[in-house]
Amino acid sequence: MTTKHTLIALVEDRPGVLNRVASLFRRRGFNIESIAVGHSELPHLSRMTIVVDGANTMVEQVRKQLDKVIDVVKVSDITEEAIVARELALLKVKANSTTRSEIIQIVDIFRANIVDVATDSLTIEVTGDEDKIDSLYTLLRGFGIKEVARTGRIALTRGGAGPLYVEEKTKPPSGKTKAA
Amino acid sequence: MKMTGGQIICECLAREGVDIIFGFPGGAILPLYDTLPQFPQLHHVLVRHEQCAAHAAEGYARATGKVGVCFATSGPGATNLVTGIANAYLDSAPVVAITGQVARPFIGKDAFQEIDITGITLPITKHNYLALDTASLPRIVKEAFYLARTGRPGPVLIDVPRDVQIEQVEFHYPGKIVLPGYKPTLQGHPTQIKKAAELINKAQRPLILAGRGVIISNGFEELKALAEAGQIPVVTTLLGISSFPESHVLSYGMVGMHGMAYANMAVTGADLVIAVGMRFDDRATAKVSAFAPNAHIIHIDIDPAEIGKNVRVDVPIVGDVKAVLHALNKLVTSAKHMEWLHQLDDWRKEHPSTIIRDSEGLLPQLVVHKIYEVTRGEATICTGVGQNQMWAAQHYWYNRPNSLISSGGLGTMGFGLPASIGVKIGRPDIPVWCIDGDGSFQMTLHELATIGQEKVAVKIAILNNGYLGMVRQWQELFYQKRYVATPLFGPDFVKIAEAYDIAALRVEHKEEVEPAIEQAMAHDGPFLIDFRIEPEENVYPMVPPGASLAEVLELPKKETKVLANSSRRISNL
Ligand SMILES: Cc1ncc(C[n+]2csc(CCOP(=O)(O)OP(=O)(O)O)c2C)c(N)n1
Repeated sequence: MTTKHTLIALVEDRPGVLNRVASLFRRRGFNIESIAVGHSELPHLSRMTIVVDGANTMVEQVRKQLDKVIDVVKVSDITEEAIVARELALLKVKANSTTRSEIIQIVDIFRANIVDVATDSLTIEVTGDEDKIDSLYTLLRGFGIKEVARTGRIALTRGGAGPLYVEEKTKPPSGKTKAA
Repeated sequence: MKMTGGQIICECLAREGVDIIFGFPGGAILPLYDTLPQFPQLHHVLVRHEQCAAHAAEGYARATGKVGVCFATSGPGATNLVTGIANAYLDSAPVVAITGQVARPFIGKDAFQEIDITGITLPITKHNYLALDTASLPRIVKEAFYLARTGRPGPVLIDVPRDVQIEQVEFHYPGKIVLPGYKPTLQGHPTQIKKAAELINKAQRPLILAGRGVIISNGFEELKALAEAGQIPVVTTLLGISSFPESHVLSYGMVGMHGMAYANMAVTGADLVIAVGMRFDDRATAKVSAFAPNAHIIHIDIDPAEIGKNVRVDVPIVGDVKAVLHALNKLVTSAKHMEWLHQLDDWRKEHPSTIIRDSEGLLPQLVVHKIYEVTRGEATICTGVGQNQMWAAQHYWYNRPNSLISSGGLGTMGFGLPASIGVKIGRPDIPVWCIDGDGSFQMTLHELATIGQEKVAVKIAILNNGYLGMVRQWQELFYQKRYVATPLFGPDFVKIAEAYDIAALRVEHKEEVEPAIEQAMAHDGPFLIDFRIEPEENVYPMVPPGASLAEVLELPKKETKVLANSSRRISNL
C-alpha cells in the first residue's frame, strides 16, 4: 500500500545540499512528488518539505538515507502527526468579457485572489492543500489554462515547536517557560 | 602564524598521524606537492595510476585501522580516482582523498583539466568538500578524517583549488568538531538487546552470520565469546572472513554464491540468524525472498539505513558491533545445541566443499592451500576479482583477525596488487600475498613499478588460466560454452616481473608449488609466481544467479578423486 508522506528535513544552508538530497532520491529510485526549500527558524538551517509517494517501508528507507547525508541535521516523517499543510499556486486563465465574471465568482468561492488582470487573461493566486488547488484547477480548466506554477507542499505540525527548537538564550530565564 | 593552504593541509595531515600518502602529481596539485618536503614525516608513495593510489590507501587503511590518504591532480587525475573511491565506499573503508582543482576564478569555466569531482563523487563518498575558503581548510581536513573513520567508515574527498593551496592565511586548528547532522549511534538500545538475548536463549538452531563490521569495530573477542557461550555456529560473508578463526570448532565458513554448501544449508536450516556487521548483499543472500526461510533475524549494524533495506528483520539493533555484542553477551545464557551442531557436521561430511581434486594439471585450489601451509596462515591475503578471489576465500584458513583484504562490494578487478602495496606498507611485519587472476593482474600490473621503486616486499601468486575465468565459467554453465571475449592473451609474467627488477618464477607442475612458495617466502623482497593452472577449472560450490542458497551446484561427484581437503577441520572428516 502506498501513501503520500510528508518529510521535513532541516539541512545546513550550504552550497550543494539540494544536489545531495536530489542525487540521493535519483540514485535510490525514490520519486519525489514535490520539494519545497526555504529558510527555517534557525540561522544556517534550511527547511525542506518533501512529499514522497510510496510504501511505508520505502519511505522509511528514504528517511534513513536522508539522515545519513552529513549536511542533513534532522529528518522527520510528519505524515501521522496533526499538521497544517499548504501549497501556493498561481494560475493564468484565459478570460474575456463574457467569461471574466464567472471566473471571478469561482475564485471568490475558493477564497482565492486575482493578482493580475490582462485583456485576455486573469492570474489567480490560491493557497490551500493540494486537493483544494486541484479542484480549482479542474473548475478553471474549461476556460483554458495558459500557465501554472505551484510551490509544492510546506507543512508545520500543530502546536509544539520545531524538532530543533530551543528557547533563545537572550531571554531572561523564567521559571515557567521550558524548551519544547 | 600565516601558512599557505598547502602547508595547512600537510600540517593537518601530520596532526592526524598520517605518515603515508599514495598519490600522483599534476599541475593543479603542484603547490601542495611542493610543500611536502617541509613535512618529512609524510612519506609520499608514487603510484602509476591514481586508481591504485585509492586502492593502496584502502589496503593501508583496512590493514592498519588508520585512515588511508591519497592525492591526485584535477581532471583526469581526479576521475582516475573514482573507481578506487567507489571501492572504498562499498567496502566501508576509511580513506581521505585530496584532489587539486583549477584555481577559483576558473571554476565553472571548463578550464583546462577542470572536472566537477565533488559532483561526480557525490554518490560514492560518505561526504565531500570543495574547499573554496583557505581559512576553512583545518576544519575541513579535521572533519574529513573524523567522518572517514567513525560510524560506518567510508571515503571522504576534499577538492582544493590551486590558488587555495597557494594563498596564505592565519592558521587556526579547530578545537572540536561541530557536525550537528552526524551522530553515529554506538550503544545498542537496551530493550532491543534484551529482545535479541531472549531470541538467542530460546533458539534451537541459532546461527551467527558475521560481516566486515566485526573487523571494523574490532569485535573479534566479543564475537567469539557470543559463539562460545551459546555454542552458536558461525558463518561469514566474503568480507566477514577472518572475523572469526576458521579453525575454530564453531566455524562453518563462508556463505553466498560461492560459499560452502554446508554454510548455505545452515542459513536455510537455522531458526535464528544473528547477522552481525553485515548488509545482506545479494552475493551473500542469493535469492532474497528465500533467505533463511525458517529463521527469526537479529540484525546488528552501525548504519540504521541497512536495517530492513534488503531483508525483513525481527530485532534490529543499531550500534557499534563491539559495544552491542559486549552488552548482549551479558544476557546470553550458555547452551549446547548438540543436535544442530551434529546436523551441521553431517552436512559438512556429505557436502565437503573444500576438497581438492587429484588432477594431472595444476589446480588453483592446491596453490592457495599450499600458500596457507607454507605461511602457516600468518599471511594477509589480498585478491583480484573472479575465480582467484573465491579460491583464495575458500582454500586458505583465515585464523588471524583481519587477514583477508578483498574487493567485496564493487568487485574491482585490479584491486589486489595496489591493495597489497598499501597493506604491506602499513604492516611490514606481516607477510602479504596477492593472489590474483591473470586478467585482474593485467588491469593494474603497472604497480610493479611502485613495488620496485618503494621496495615493497609483497609476494604475488598469479593463478594464470589464460581466461577471464569467472566470466568463462558463467559462459560454460549458462551460455552453452560460448566463450566470447574471455580467452585472454597474456604476456610472459616472469619476464614482466624481471623487467621491473622483481624476482619471479613460473610453476607448471604441482610438485613445484610448495618449493616455489618457499622460495618466495625466503626471498628478501617482492616475488612473483606465475602459476599455470588448469585453464577450465571451475569454482564450486555455486549458487546460480537468481537461485536461493538452498540450490547449490556442487562439484560433479564422479570427478572427486580427492588429493587433499582444505577444510577447517580436516581431522573430523
Ligand atoms: C573492473 C572490472 N571489469 C570487469 C569485471 C567483470 N569480471 C568479474 S570476474 C572477471 C574475470 C576475472 O578474470 P581473472 O582476473 O583472470 O580471474 P579468474 O576469474 O580467471 O581467476 C570479470 C571480467 C570486474 N569484476 N571488474
